[in-house]
Amino acid sequence: MSMDRRRFLGVAGLSALAIAAQSSLAALARGRQGAGAAEAPAATRWAMVIDPKQCLKDEGCTDCMAACDKAHNVPHFPESAHEVKWIWKEHFDKAFPEQGSLYTAEAFRDRPILVLCNHCDNPPCVRVCPTKATWKREDGVVMMDWHRCIGCKYCIVSCPYGSRSFNFFDPRPRIKELSPDFPTRTIGVVEKCNFCEERLAKGQRPACVEACREKALVFGNLYDPASEVRELLRTRYTIRRKPELGTNPEIYYLV
Amino acid sequence: MFMFEKAVVGSRRYWTWIGALFAITFAGFLFYLREHEVGLGITGLSRDVVWGLYIAQFVFLVGVAASAVMVLMPYYLHDWKAFGKIVILGEFLAISAVTMAGLSILANLGQPMRVLNVILYPSPKSLIFWDLVVLIGYLLLNALITLVALSAERKDVAPPGWITPVILLSIPWAVSIHTVTAFLFSGLPGRSFWLTGLLAPRFLASAFASGPALLILLTLAIRRLTSFDPGREPIQKLSLIVTYTMVINVFFAMVEAFTVFYSQIPEHMAHYEFLFVGLEGHAPLAGWMWTSMILAVISLVLLITPRYRNNEKILAVACVMVFLSLWIDKGLGVIVGGFVPSPLGHVTSYVPTLPEIAITLAIWAVGFLMITVFCKIALTVREELAGSWLMQ
Repeated sequence: MSMDRRRFLGVAGLSALAIAAQSSLAALARGRQGAGAAEAPAATRWAMVIDPKQCLKDEGCTDCMAACDKAHNVPHFPESAHEVKWIWKEHFDKAFPEQGSLYTAEAFRDRPILVLCNHCDNPPCVRVCPTKATWKREDGVVMMDWHRCIGCKYCIVSCPYGSRSFNFFDPRPRIKELSPDFPTRTIGVVEKCNFCEERLAKGQRPACVEACREKALVFGNLYDPASEVRELLRTRYTIRRKPELGTNPEIYYLV
Repeated sequence: MFMFEKAVVGSRRYWTWIGALFAITFAGFLFYLREHEVGLGITGLSRDVVWGLYIAQFVFLVGVAASAVMVLMPYYLHDWKAFGKIVILGEFLAISAVTMAGLSILANLGQPMRVLNVILYPSPKSLIFWDLVVLIGYLLLNALITLVALSAERKDVAPPGWITPVILLSIPWAVSIHTVTAFLFSGLPGRSFWLTGLLAPRFLASAFASGPALLILLTLAIRRLTSFDPGREPIQKLSLIVTYTMVINVFFAMVEAFTVFYSQIPEHMAHYEFLFVGLEGHAPLAGWMWTSMILAVISLVLLITPRYRNNEKILAVACVMVFLSLWIDKGLGVIVGGFVPSPLGHVTSYVPTLPEIAITLAIWAVGFLMITVFCKIALTVREELAGSWLMQ
């Protein structure tokens, strides 16, 4: 194929223009999507209230964890060093180290308590992420982009709740029962609870909440004064994990 | 490449050294391929200790890089002529150390192929973004300064005037690289071990002691191995710098320890207990930490006493002690200590694995390779210059 210089420059210029137009169109489209997403949840702030007493009625129960693992293809690594955890049980004195010596905690001490990502209002993980691979939505859900994460693990270092896990090995062969509705992760990225944003989008409650037979997990909109979570927060005394750090966790525990 | 031809001509000893460094690098690279394939699970890192040897090396090496300012500043700002001959060694050290620091970061990434995401999606709220900016800036500044200085030296002319502001800029810039590196740690809620404003000053003090100590050793080695002799004076001046900065460093460490132990806040004391006596039966670093302390004390005695400091043999021993002590403190203690116990109070031991150690050694080998080649080029230029000068 023969091509003179003028023609080549013309083609090159047009190609460059086309690429530029495409990327700016894509940016515009993204902007519109962003605006749309921001409008609807402005009146929503998702939160969860956990009732440890209800949860402890059946101490060996793992229904919520199993439902979460299944819904999100959470891999199972046997050795504790490489575990991936979205929602799990932690000893009371580990979940609430500052409450450890109170007599009021005697009923719970040495008993397990459910913990998960706190979906903080002021999340340190979002602040430290060098690629914006983790961010907070308008409705409070702290999200993750597993395709952008470079695996620096800074978010894990910054999280005061140990809620983030790193894939030290390829997670795919470690998934018990593959769910085709949710993406699997690759080696070398961080993952955590996503408050079941994929279910929220369909108007469903999180999988762990649905799975609990004792109704120990209550999920709802904090901005709705008539919501069940607000009712509980109004009438019962609740505590949060490490509130003194200013992260404003949105998981509340009934005392 | 620029004057690179001078690096490929050398004695048998030179090539043996280069060959050994290449071998270590290659072995480490093979281990790295395996880490990349299988995952960071082959290291000693875990859920609770997600940063270990790699990041600790990174922090230590950023310090070594920053310490070049301890030669640059006296020479350019205070006109200490004694440093004229070794200022370039400081620059070489800085360039090599920044490169090693960068490699350490890469070794720690779960998805190294995506590292450019840091630039594609710049996040000014993240300290990693700023660390990348200042480190790349520092590398470029030092590369430029060295290149200009060396080519001026080869032509036997004074360096051009425009380089002076660049050199002056590199002085605060050096401080910034280690400050930002400390800020990576000192601004995290829930990590009480690092949550202290003293972290950045401590980092700087230990860097300004360990870097010049290494430079003294480097200068002594070069003097033994080559015809290059910078004389006694720069080494004595450097030893004074090491003495002061080491004293300040130990003072800072004691100030920190006072706050931790007098306040008796369990969360704050726990990290020190883990480092020095162990927690829940895990004391992987206790031996190291005590060694570091003892070395620091002995080196201080040797450095503070003029009779010992002025004796180059004893000074060399003191410098090895300073370097080892601070490498243990920063290259192991400061980083790993912050992770144990975890914010939830879990005690997870951390011991680097063979692949991790081999990769780290390879990174050091790359650094030594760079320093060797740089010195070879610079010294050959000087020898040729001296030779032509004699012939005239």
